[in-house]
Amino acid sequence: MRIYLDYNATTPPAPEVVELVARVTRDVWGNASSIHHFGQQAKAAMDDARGQVAELVGAEPSEMVFTGGGTESDNAAIRGAAEALEPAGRRHLVTTAIEHEAVLNTMKALARRGWRVTFVPVDATGIVSVDAVTEALADDTALVSVMHANNELGTVQPIEAIAQAARARGALVHTDAVQTAGKLPIDVRRLGVDLLSISAHKFYGPKGVGALWIRRGVRLAPFVTGGRQERGRRAGTENVAGIAGMGAAAARARQKMASEGPRQAALRDRLERGVLAAVPGSERNGAAEPRVPNTANISVERIESESLLIGLDLEGIAVSSGSACSSGTLEPSHVLKAMGLPHARTLGSIRFSLGEANTDADVDRVIAVLPGLVEKLRNLTVTMKR
Amino acid sequence: MRIVVAMSGGVDSSVAAALLAEQGHDVVGVSMQLYPSTPSGRSAEVAAAPVGDRAYGTCCTLDDLNDARRVAQAIGVPHYILNFESRFDEAVVSNFVREYVAGRTPIPCAHCNSDLKFSALLERAVGLGAGALATGHYARITCDEAGTYHLRRGLDHGKDQSYFLFSLTQEQMARAMFPVGHLDKETVRTHARRLGLRVADKPDSQEICFVPDGDYAAFVEREAPDLTRPGVIVSEGGRVLGTHEGVHRFTIGQRKGLRLSSSDPLYVTHIDAAAARVTVGLKEALGRTSLTASGVNWTSGTAPAGSRRVAAQIRHRHAAASACVRALDDARAEVAFDEPQTAVTPGQAVVFYDGDEVVGGGWIE
Repeated sequence: MRIYLDYNATTPPAPEVVELVARVTRDVWGNASSIHHFGQQAKAAMDDARGQVAELVGAEPSEMVFTGGGTESDNAAIRGAAEALEPAGRRHLVTTAIEHEAVLNTMKALARRGWRVTFVPVDATGIVSVDAVTEALADDTALVSVMHANNELGTVQPIEAIAQAARARGALVHTDAVQTAGKLPIDVRRLGVDLLSISAHKFYGPKGVGALWIRRGVRLAPFVTGGRQERGRRAGTENVAGIAGMGAAAARARQKMASEGPRQAALRDRLERGVLAAVPGSERNGAAEPRVPNTANISVERIESESLLIGLDLEGIAVSSGSACSSGTLEPSHVLKAMGLPHARTLGSIRFSLGEANTDADVDRVIAVLPGLVEKLRNLTVTMKR
Repeated sequence: MRIVVAMSGGVDSSVAAALLAEQGHDVVGVSMQLYPSTPSGRSAEVAAAPVGDRAYGTCCTLDDLNDARRVAQAIGVPHYILNFESRFDEAVVSNFVREYVAGRTPIPCAHCNSDLKFSALLERAVGLGAGALATGHYARITCDEAGTYHLRRGLDHGKDQSYFLFSLTQEQMARAMFPVGHLDKETVRTHARRLGLRVADKPDSQEICFVPDGDYAAFVEREAPDLTRPGVIVSEGGRVLGTHEGVHRFTIGQRKGLRLSSSDPLYVTHIDAAAARVTVGLKEALGRTSLTASGVNWTSGTAPAGSRRVAAQIRHRHAAASACVRALDDARAEVAFDEPQTAVTPGQAVVFYDGDEVVGGGWIE
């Protein structure tokens, strides 16, 4: 039996989601833009889904725009806001050094095209300081984009306070909530942001579908031009089955959150304590709280995470580390680097991210396997060096 | 037994992996990423730069890694890509540049074998619980009754790669496997077709993998612009015949690209990097009857006492020539050829054969 501990990368779609996606693909194949019965069926499926997804984040359905996933939502929010506010003379963007690459690389691309971008640093807690973000704000700041929770550490960022400070300076606020949607209760009004990205496959929905919440009244340049779909913001015939699947996954996540959150947190805490106790020279990365309930990031001294990951996979345990590049190799985590951790510690990090299928037995097995594997790899680096 | 197979995405290592899997071994495929997968390098820059299909190398490019992955899928073995970019840069690319700048002609494949595949990669393989590391090299390892390993030429002499493996030690040979070493190329391709491998007809790689256009001089100039400097070309008698743009542009025995007018063909006979001086002469001046090698490895683990008759091969495509070799100290040896050899080139390997067996080798000084 393989043990999957990489739910922050993706989750297995829930059986009821798979069934719905299959049923809609088969039976609700109309073009949602069509006036006839077939179109109306598709439109109805999307309306249901839009309501369900809006409810997950406390939004109005009319504010939700479906996209091709979290990365597209981030691109649309950042590029759309930057472009929309450029005529007003706002050419400055603020983000943090620990964002997902969807945000980081979009910011870098805009920096190449003339925008000023401030990457706010973080300390070893992996939580960005509100003061640091506030100091970074300028009169011409167009957008502040800070992730809700970090994908590698699980640390939750102080979005409410950041949003307050940013909006006081007239800037728009975006948060990438891909790692919190379905894990933590989200209320977009309480967060005080203008734009919020989510992705279906992180909460047991299908891949290739996400949403961007755009607060009513926020002007954003359209991100795909063409027909009038999604209120003209994202043209192109909609992925009706995927959207329906996202809706079902959102409804399901809302129901499960209250029981799954504490359950996974207890497992995660036991896993973390167990690993830290059993593996000499291991340390948790980032603050313990506030964190999403399922994520633990641990560095193991004198070990390269690449070897550890492969070793664990050969034992049937799937974990991850840093971010994979196009070929699938690992690069040292930009998040851990930004936290100012010593180079060696950034090289030996692994991320455990738990989910619905994990049990106590899974945690026991990891705690049983990991120390031996680490010891074997460490001995090797001593004996094989010539 | 678990066997890690180094898969380059080419037909040889693909068949090596497939044959071992077919024999029932617990095969784990790995590929080494040796240089940045995009021209701009770091993935963080990808979004900011226009992205095209420009390949940085000819081997282990993204396409080759994909080929390796798909072969692993087809034969049903796990496959991992290991990031060896910085090690490759240190052990192979930097050395390549340094050697050319020093007026020598390096063979990066041999350095890659000794300093990467059969050191860092072998270490990783052992760490993954493997008893052996297999590659697609055309060479053979046999073991005698006494438990001593012997490195031999691949059965397909046209494809033999034992020259590039002279540095293997007993410890490394104990863990190395060359599953196609006893096959000829056509048989390897036949196996690939029989197994339905998509790389069955993939052409062999020709150039040095990280210099796909074969323009070594331009590569060295890009990598080390501060270290190349112009100088003079002189005759054997010391007369200045012309100028050049850097000793890295020359190799011993080179005739083309000298830009000299002479009634008889002239060849590079000597390169003095310190003086930035390239000496040219007639073909007869290229002959050498002896050389000194450094970094010498004796595959048995012990240097021969006194001198030993061998066939010494001084480059990949050289018919090994009769010689006597004598160990000077732990790491050096002196080779005396029976007949003068053309273009004994510093930086290349000299490999000592006894029949089919590699008894040792070193780097030509």
